[in-house]
Amino acid sequence: MTGLSAFRIPVGRWSEEAVNFLLDRYDGAFHHVSSGLYIVISALQHGLAAVPVPVAILVLALLTWWSAGTRAGIFALAGLALIANMGLWGPTMVTLALVLCAELIVFAIGFPLGILSAVSRRAERTLRPLLDLMQTMPAFVYLIPAVMLFGLGLVPGVIATFIFAIPPLIRLTSLGIRQVPHDLIEAAEAFGATPAQTLWKVRIPMAMPTILAGLNQSIMLALSMVVIAAMIGAGGLGKNVLEGITRLEIGAGFEAGLAVVIVAIVLDRITQGLGHGKRRR
Amino acid sequence: MHRHRVAAARWGLYSGRPPSFVPDRLPECRIVHETPEIQVSSVSKVFGPRPERALERLRAGADRDALRREHGWVLALDDLSLEIRRGEVFVVMGLSGSGKSTLLRLLNGLHRPTAGRVLIAGRDLASLPRRELLALRRSRFGMVFQHFALLPHRTVRGNVEFGLEIQGTPRAERRARAAEALELVGLRGWETRRPDELSGGMRQRVGLARALAVSPDILLMDEAFSALDPLIRADLQRELLALQARLRKTIVFVTHDLDEALRLGDRIAILRDGRLVQVGTPAQIVASPADDYVARFVSGVDPARALTAGVVAVSHGVAGAAARPASVLDRLREAGLTCACVVDPGGAPHGLVTADELARLAGADAPIGDAVLQPVRTVPADTPLAEVIVLAAADAAPIAVRESGGGPVRGIISRQALLAGLAHRGATLVGDGKGADATADGPETTA
Ligand SMILES: Nc1ncnc2c1ncn2[C@@H]1O[C@H](COP(=O)(O)OP(=O)(O)OP(=O)(O)O)[C@@H](O)[C@H]1O
Ligand SMILES: [Mg+2]
Repeated sequence: MTGLSAFRIPVGRWSEEAVNFLLDRYDGAFHHVSSGLYIVISALQHGLAAVPVPVAILVLALLTWWSAGTRAGIFALAGLALIANMGLWGPTMVTLALVLCAELIVFAIGFPLGILSAVSRRAERTLRPLLDLMQTMPAFVYLIPAVMLFGLGLVPGVIATFIFAIPPLIRLTSLGIRQVPHDLIEAAEAFGATPAQTLWKVRIPMAMPTILAGLNQSIMLALSMVVIAAMIGAGGLGKNVLEGITRLEIGAGFEAGLAVVIVAIVLDRITQGLGHGKRRR
Repeated sequence: MHRHRVAAARWGLYSGRPPSFVPDRLPECRIVHETPEIQVSSVSKVFGPRPERALERLRAGADRDALRREHGWVLALDDLSLEIRRGEVFVVMGLSGSGKSTLLRLLNGLHRPTAGRVLIAGRDLASLPRRELLALRRSRFGMVFQHFALLPHRTVRGNVEFGLEIQGTPRAERRARAAEALELVGLRGWETRRPDELSGGMRQRVGLARALAVSPDILLMDEAFSALDPLIRADLQRELLALQARLRKTIVFVTHDLDEALRLGDRIAILRDGRLVQVGTPAQIVASPADDYVARFVSGVDPARALTAGVVAVSHGVAGAAARPASVLDRLREAGLTCACVVDPGGAPHGLVTADELARLAGADAPIGDAVLQPVRTVPADTPLAEVIVLAAADAAPIAVRESGGGPVRGIISRQALLAGLAHRGATLVGDGKGADATADGPETTA
């Protein structure tokens, strides 16, 4: 033991230095990203908040019904009404905005990366350890650098959520595309399809159910981050949960937690239905 | 009947020798002299890691099975050479695993040969840049897959339009051509269904429509009719032949079914363990199998149905009106015939002259034109032997065989020769030349 720590590898110091380096060198860049993201999130948030509550409930319930059927639709209607009834509609919309914003970035970055790692061995080998790291590194660890780089509030919340939620989308996109039966790709090639045509007309459509499953997983993970994101001032339902815990208000905490679960189930049904519904029709 | 006409009109036409008759009299009998559409020269294909190594080892005398067991190398094609001519239906047969699908995939570059070359219209596929290879596949090839390979996320129509979409055909035209192709395979009204709603046979027809929709010059068909019930199968075979009579595509057709091969093929190649065992016209394959393997393949064939009148006709029995009776008589004796068919310079039959009559003329030093002729029965060259047998049974006189479409007389069939041939089957059945060879000297000797 002593022998092994005679010389201590300064992993911790390196990471600190790396963050400091980023801060010194790219502070301006982070600032831009931060304010850009902020604009998107607050637009989403205000947009969602502006919708009258009954209309929002109805639209979400209809969406769930269209995608996942009658029972899921009724559940969404009742569940969302319960949230409004508990007086948690405002924080719920904040949470929804945060999750949607994080998912937008997740999709914008994760989908192309998933494709890349499906078609390129090299990309796949580079990405895999990175994804492992992102999924297993405790979120609190990168919460602090996120705050240092992006300040307090919604933006680092979105970033932290993004880091935690992107791996399943990349993995499942890649898996889905690699699993497309070889004879279908061969058929496309026999008709003279270019690699891009094969990708867009055969591989991606064939992989779509798997890709949507990845998106679904990613959204679930994003929702599981709301409490942690609230610790750095992201607000929303996570904040209510935290307040409930710190003030020992079991009821308030439970209500907010229940709202998170309802939102999770509704989003899950909507996205899962997309994956299967298209097949059935 | 139509089926026979179309199919058999081409039987024996591609004997490899130039035709002796004037082509414009017989438009279907064009023999193509230009470079073959497809040339496969000394192609070997090994599956497995570092396939070139496997070939080296094989050339050095290593055992094929040992290589497969120890290194996982599969020699799918072994030094195969073939030429496929423009406009012919080339059938590939062989047992499972003999390399048929592999051969087909080499033709459009889906597989690269481990050794040897594949030339399409004279161009070596291996030398083409990737983009040109794709362009070639797009513009010239259509392929029907053994296991359909339909896209499950697309409708039937979407599947049939696929090749056109790849080519960038405008939507309206795509629709029209897909509709046409679906009509052809009898799937109108199924456009908006998905493949998993269809039966196996219907899926196969969608695959066929997909290939036909791009109007390819070369159709590669891998057991394209195998999943069909006998009725639809016969329908589609007929449809393919009718299409072929109109459009003259080059079709490479893989099948397990000998009847299908005989019906569709201008020529048939038989593969065994990746090697070419025999290639020839259906008549050649049936009449003179190259070895036991091929003989086993054709053992179930009824020669009366597989062979046509044109194949067994003997050209020695044809005499031009200007020929010398004595020499005709010699020829008849040589061929063991008792009658000859007298023809005019255009090859049209006048009637039969008996050996006795010829002897009389020879004695009187008179020309054949003075002969007393018996009426002669004629059949087109593509008549199945089964029908000739019926005629031969009704009357002992020989039957003259004309090129289909009222062409010149190709030869005659005597009852004895017919019966002897059917009894023995094999070389004796085939006239004085295999298939078209018979015509090579027919009209010439009579002129
Ligand atoms: N992609 C591949 N990888 C490895 N081996 C292959 C591959 N394709 C074919 N083979 C092998 O090559 C040999 C010839 O296969 P091929 O598919 O050409 O046979 P086939 O004559 O079409 O048989 P079938 O009538 O069963 O379709 C077989 O031994 C097969 O295992
Ligand atoms: Mg095969």
